[in-house]
Amino acid sequence: MARKNSRLWLWTLLGWLAAAILFFPIFWMFITSFKTEVAAVSTPPQLFFQPTLENYVAIQTRADYSIYAFNSVAVSLGSTILALLLAVPAAYAMAFFPTKRTKGTLLWMLSTKMLPPVGVLVPIYILCRNLGLLDTRIGLIIIYTLINLPIVVWMIYSFFKEVPKEILEADRMDGANTQQELRHVLLPLALPGIASTALLSIILSWNEAFWSLNLTTADAAPLTAFIASFSSPQGLFWAKLSAASTLAIAPILIFGWLSQRQLVRGLTFGAVK
Amino acid sequence: MSSSLAVKPQQATPPPAKRSRRQVSTLPLVAPSVVVLLLWMIVPLAMTLWFSFQRYNLLNPDARRFIGIENFTFILTDPGLWTAIGITLILVASVLAITIALGTLLAVLFDQDFPGRGIARVLAISPFFVMPTVSALIWKNMLMHPVNGLFAQITRGLGLGAIDWFADFPLLAIIIIVSWEWLPFALLILLTAIQSLDREQLEAARMDGANAIALFRFVMLPHLSRAIAVVAAIETIFFLTIFAEIFVTTGGGPGLATTNLAYYIFLKALLEFDVGGASAGGLIAVILANIVAIFLMRSVARNLDT
Repeated sequence: MARKNSRLWLWTLLGWLAAAILFFPIFWMFITSFKTEVAAVSTPPQLFFQPTLENYVAIQTRADYSIYAFNSVAVSLGSTILALLLAVPAAYAMAFFPTKRTKGTLLWMLSTKMLPPVGVLVPIYILCRNLGLLDTRIGLIIIYTLINLPIVVWMIYSFFKEVPKEILEADRMDGANTQQELRHVLLPLALPGIASTALLSIILSWNEAFWSLNLTTADAAPLTAFIASFSSPQGLFWAKLSAASTLAIAPILIFGWLSQRQLVRGLTFGAVK
Repeated sequence: MSSSLAVKPQQATPPPAKRSRRQVSTLPLVAPSVVVLLLWMIVPLAMTLWFSFQRYNLLNPDARRFIGIENFTFILTDPGLWTAIGITLILVASVLAITIALGTLLAVLFDQDFPGRGIARVLAISPFFVMPTVSALIWKNMLMHPVNGLFAQITRGLGLGAIDWFADFPLLAIIIIVSWEWLPFALLILLTAIQSLDREQLEAARMDGANAIALFRFVMLPHLSRAIAVVAAIETIFFLTIFAEIFVTTGGGPGLATTNLAYYIFLKALLEFDVGGASAGGLIAVILANIVAIFLMRSVARNLDT
């Protein structure tokens, strides 16, 4: 018993130690956001201090902050909705009416994900420039939709596959037509899966930082690009950077916590369940 | 990419004997996704290929002409390219080794039942959800800054002096940042895989007198091998094109010390405006990624039954 107890203590200690180390940079950023700029760079570093909200006020009153935040919201929601509109019908067809081409189609869709973005940076940049999509929200929405579409199809497909066939069959016997079947049986069953797929798509779009840094400058720049603008060496605004960063990551952190279980499926294309 | 795989979904023609199978034409349902992805794959890639055989500079677009393989001979003899490929490989290999080794250990740890495990796990996976520009700037400014960074303050407080990470160990600094971002990914996937391990099998091995190390070595690790392969393949695809972390911290420097292939192409394309050279570099990146992708696709295909 004593041995078992000491082992539990060891696991608890190690587990919490690992969690504390991994989370520490986020924690440090969070508390720095409540310091004054002077306290943020003070020696020795302060753990206890008079907290202030001045950084958050300063960020919020910057006229352009709301533009960046709006761009992030618009681009991640827009691309997620568009990807779902394309993916749900395709996943439905492939999950419930598979043909001998279905497997090939799914794998081919996944293979488009393997294309490294730098491989097509030049043509996408030139296409966007010529089509007037450079530094526009529409341009980013289109690209994020295409980047995330394979993952979204795969994830919804795997959720549809889990819907027990018997339920659909029984409903059909009762004389339900396709529309009724979709609305009353399939949708309620698949809704949690579609919701967690949407969450993953939002997380990935929100955090995407290759295309947003390369294709936007001012008008359509999302928060990733806004934060990157703090990397210039003029002046050290660590407290303000921390406040802006905290605001930028908070919603996604919460989404990630909520959907951690289902994320595995989407992130590994069903290869690990 | 591999356009030979490009397939148009066939019209579903279910056998008439199966009464419950409704006659549904699946083509209009699948076609939109297939068509947009087909365009997304073929058009830019064809353009990259086309540009790579041209002298084409955005600053002087009128001087555009076909030059054959000159772009390739030029960048393949550019020592900068080989440095960039070397740095890319070091970056990928180091971060893979760190995230998979630590990820496996942490997954075993978080598989144990201890008080507050749920909260500890949530904290541990959090870095994965932080946008790359934020992660990179937290580390660069608040932790690794040579004067006011926390690390420097601690080591100086201990009388050890401070390390100027981005001047003296720039590549190591990038490796640490990217490992921090992706360790939670490996942990999350491997933990899920461990939890699908048959508990009875573990108990049986324990009854047979296997100690903890033997259990890990002969029961858990073989069970995890496929999940580890999947993690490695997915991570490699992302690590081949690490960009934002370099963009906001070192800008590829000092010198070319942190210029990986992605950053090299970015410099060529959007700073030198050399479309031809950047396209040739892009094709090299595509080929490298394809080599990895084949392994991942095989592993995924084995697990897919339609």
